[in-house]
Amino acid sequence: MTAVTLTVNGTERSLDVEPRTLLVHALRDDLGLTGTNIGCDSSSCGACTVLVDGQSAKSCTMFAVQADGADITTIEGVADADGTLHPMQQAFHEHHALQCGYCTPGMVMAAISLVEEYPGLDEGGVRHGLEGNLCRCTGYQNIVDAVLAAAGSGGD
Amino acid sequence: MTITEDAPAAHVGSRRLRKEDPALLTGEARFIDDLALPGAIWVGVVRSTEAHANIVGIDGSAALEIDGVNEVLSGADLAPLWGEGALPCAWPVTPDMKNPTHLPVATTTAKYVGDAVAVVLADSRYAAADGAAAVVVDYEPLPAVVEIEDAVADGAPLVHPDLESNECYTWGLWGDNAAAVDAAFAEAAHVVSERYLQQRLIPAPMEPRGCAAVPSPAGGELTLYSATQIPHILKVMTAVVLGIPENKLRVVAPSVGGGFGCKLNVYAEEILCSALAMQRGAPVRWTEGRSEGALSTIQGRGQVQHIELAADADGKVQAVRVKLLADMGAYLQLVTPGVPLLGGFLYHGCYDIPNYMFECTSVFTNRTPTDAYRGAGRPEATYAVERAMDSLAVSVGVSPEEIRARNFIGADAFPYESAAGLVFDSGDYQAVLDKAVALAGLSERRADQASRVAAGSSKRLGIGFSSYVEMCGLAPSRVLASLDYGAGGWEAATVRISPTCKVQVVTGSTPHGQGHETCWSMIVADQLGVDPDDVEVLHSDTAVSPTGLDTYGSRSLAVGGTAVYMATEKVIDKARAIAAHQLEASEEDLEFSGGTFRVRGTPEAEVPLAGIAFAAFTAHDLPDGMEPNLEAHVTYDPPNFTFPNGTHIAVVEVDTDTGNVDLVDYVAVDDCGVQINPLVVEGQVHGGILQGAAQALYEDAVYNSDGQLVSTNLADYLVPSAAEAPRFRLDSHATPSPTNPMGVKGVGEAGTIAAAPAVINAVVDALRDLGVTDVDMPASPQTVWKAIADAQGGAS
Repeated sequence: MTAVTLTVNGTERSLDVEPRTLLVHALRDDLGLTGTNIGCDSSSCGACTVLVDGQSAKSCTMFAVQADGADITTIEGVADADGTLHPMQQAFHEHHALQCGYCTPGMVMAAISLVEEYPGLDEGGVRHGLEGNLCRCTGYQNIVDAVLAAAGSGGD
Repeated sequence: MTITEDAPAAHVGSRRLRKEDPALLTGEARFIDDLALPGAIWVGVVRSTEAHANIVGIDGSAALEIDGVNEVLSGADLAPLWGEGALPCAWPVTPDMKNPTHLPVATTTAKYVGDAVAVVLADSRYAAADGAAAVVVDYEPLPAVVEIEDAVADGAPLVHPDLESNECYTWGLWGDNAAAVDAAFAEAAHVVSERYLQQRLIPAPMEPRGCAAVPSPAGGELTLYSATQIPHILKVMTAVVLGIPENKLRVVAPSVGGGFGCKLNVYAEEILCSALAMQRGAPVRWTEGRSEGALSTIQGRGQVQHIELAADADGKVQAVRVKLLADMGAYLQLVTPGVPLLGGFLYHGCYDIPNYMFECTSVFTNRTPTDAYRGAGRPEATYAVERAMDSLAVSVGVSPEEIRARNFIGADAFPYESAAGLVFDSGDYQAVLDKAVALAGLSERRADQASRVAAGSSKRLGIGFSSYVEMCGLAPSRVLASLDYGAGGWEAATVRISPTCKVQVVTGSTPHGQGHETCWSMIVADQLGVDPDDVEVLHSDTAVSPTGLDTYGSRSLAVGGTAVYMATEKVIDKARAIAAHQLEASEEDLEFSGGTFRVRGTPEAEVPLAGIAFAAFTAHDLPDGMEPNLEAHVTYDPPNFTFPNGTHIAVVEVDTDTGNVDLVDYVAVDDCGVQINPLVVEGQVHGGILQGAAQALYEDAVYNSDGQLVSTNLADYLVPSAAEAPRFRLDSHATPSPTNPMGVKGVGEAGTIAAAPAVINAVVDALRDLGVTDVDMPASPQTVWKAIADAQGGAS
């Protein structure tokens, strides 16, 4: 077992993990943060996307030990403490950008990272920027509109 | 539509945001793998790496050396757990249908790659996975039959030698009409004869499957949690298969991350975990991996279609004749054999075709079982008839929209009795098509298309039509009986009003993304004159919703929503009797509007529903003989299916140098009847279209000649991303269904049913002047390029 210290959603957490423990399993099974979902185990679907030091990362393809010392933000950490949704979450709600909701935490985290890194994206930019996050329910149109709206760059 | 007498429909029809969203947006929702079950036994399933092989030996010694791996059990070791029980098929479509015994874990022979052959019991998910990988299985390979047409060839290897044939059943629909069909073909001015392939598809909801069985050993109860669309059906089937008394069994579907039909089943792992939990007295759980699921979860489609149309000189179709070969896979799952039949009634599409003949032969292959996948039989039927109608248009020399116009069932023909024996409820197919044509800007597109051809551009434009009608709202129980389905098609609902006038709706329809909580709340809120936020909707747990038949076949609203509507009406009737008692008026003199009963003509004599609710609770002063409380239960058995319809138009750009297809525009005009929440309707249509377009362009469960599935992950199996998806442009044209009081039809499968033929018709349209008349699905760059090369080679 290896000792790992992560700052997760602003709180420092220490845990002992097998060196091969995936970050997503450390978050879900060791820390009980089950909002981050697993959809494919192979970096294809993005359901497990979290922010590692502010950058989106697929937590199913990263070892917990690789994140030692890092600042992690999961879906549980983006709304305000009083329950007010993050603007990206609110935009997803207002644009009906989720149905079953399984891809949603990863999609929201990827979108937050995307608009922060590339402000002013147009529709094509959003579509390509979210290429690594799959959704089977929505056909993406409402997701794209939500992201554009949250980014302040248009959308219905 | 009448919601209640004189009540304004304040919420129904509005784009109300979903009450399901906050829990899903914040990570608060609990999916199956999120359940914390301390002390649970983790199951790892060892799956066959051979398509067909005798299991000679299973060596678990290496697995047992792994820390945390406790047991390795073969199918023979496990067999006493289910005794005579086997995985159920609920749809024996013919009396002589062959149904091989389907054990949760194979004992002697593996029949497909992915067939469970042993299990590992471990302390953790990692140990279970390690253990399953370390079990050594000694196989004696047997000849495998992989492709559908090979299964019926002379001398084909037999998937189940004891059944003496690979043919599962042959089912036909022609009655006394065969001679008339033949005569129509003999007299036809135009005959179209086409062969189409429906590739196998992997449903791929974003949440893989998973289950956890939690026993209460003291009392012998078992709770089975499963990522399922069908907790009610799963409960009955688990009780039957394992002999667990139904009163000791509870099934819970937690938040479920999409289903699309593949979670409409009773799976080996559910039976396995339940049986082990009962035996061990400890929780037993299993979570599917994505690549594992590609093999172990049912696949969709898998058909070879032969369709023929006979038309007169004007292109008016007089007969349709269809012969299908359908791939069942190695075993029959819950409704595997019935899927082709669901399309079998619809190969005439939305056209008035007097003579009809359909025959389906279903076959076993050494591949993962097929079963219902979004649309289930109806996308296949729509694909065949819509492709064939385009071929007929070419033969007659008219446009795709004209051939459709000449054949549509007329708006004045409803209720329309089809040659296949259905009674279509309502529609105006021509008006729908006209709207789609206008929305698509068809003449400008055609001009662009022509100018590109004239300029010799390598970027061809194609415009593809698909007009569809589907039967949904499954289903009238008596019709299901006539098709030998093993259950009814009703749905149940309970509506209760609490002492403080909050409303509890219990629905037997089980959501997994469709928005039942929001939509049921809107319906009930309008009926009762309350706020939708004062309505809670309970579902998906057989302890709180004991009666139901769950979610599939676009049935939730048309059947389950109607049950909710009717139960609410019953509650209002009871409230009316109490109000009449309180106001000392007759019930006939009362009107109910905006949540208040009033005596007509005496506006000051009124009592709000809240007052009635409290009076019903205290029961101090109710009419003689009346039971306390405001509550009603309804089980609604629909008198007919509903028939959503529409016209979709796809516009594609095909690069003739590379074969690449871009979907540049997509227009859909749908008639799903009255819309409860257009926001939810549009979401369903968007997602449905992309799933259908994905079959047309990207997705394919590719098997090699040895029966190995080679597209087992989301890098190889091309579920489209936002980058491939077009912007959808939608409109609607509602003709309320007369079948149910709200006039609703259903929309969950419409997009998927319509989209694949629209896209492929567009691809063929783009390439027709190059001599291309057919392109197989998925129309990958390689497939399209080859179709062009073949057509050009043939021409030279």
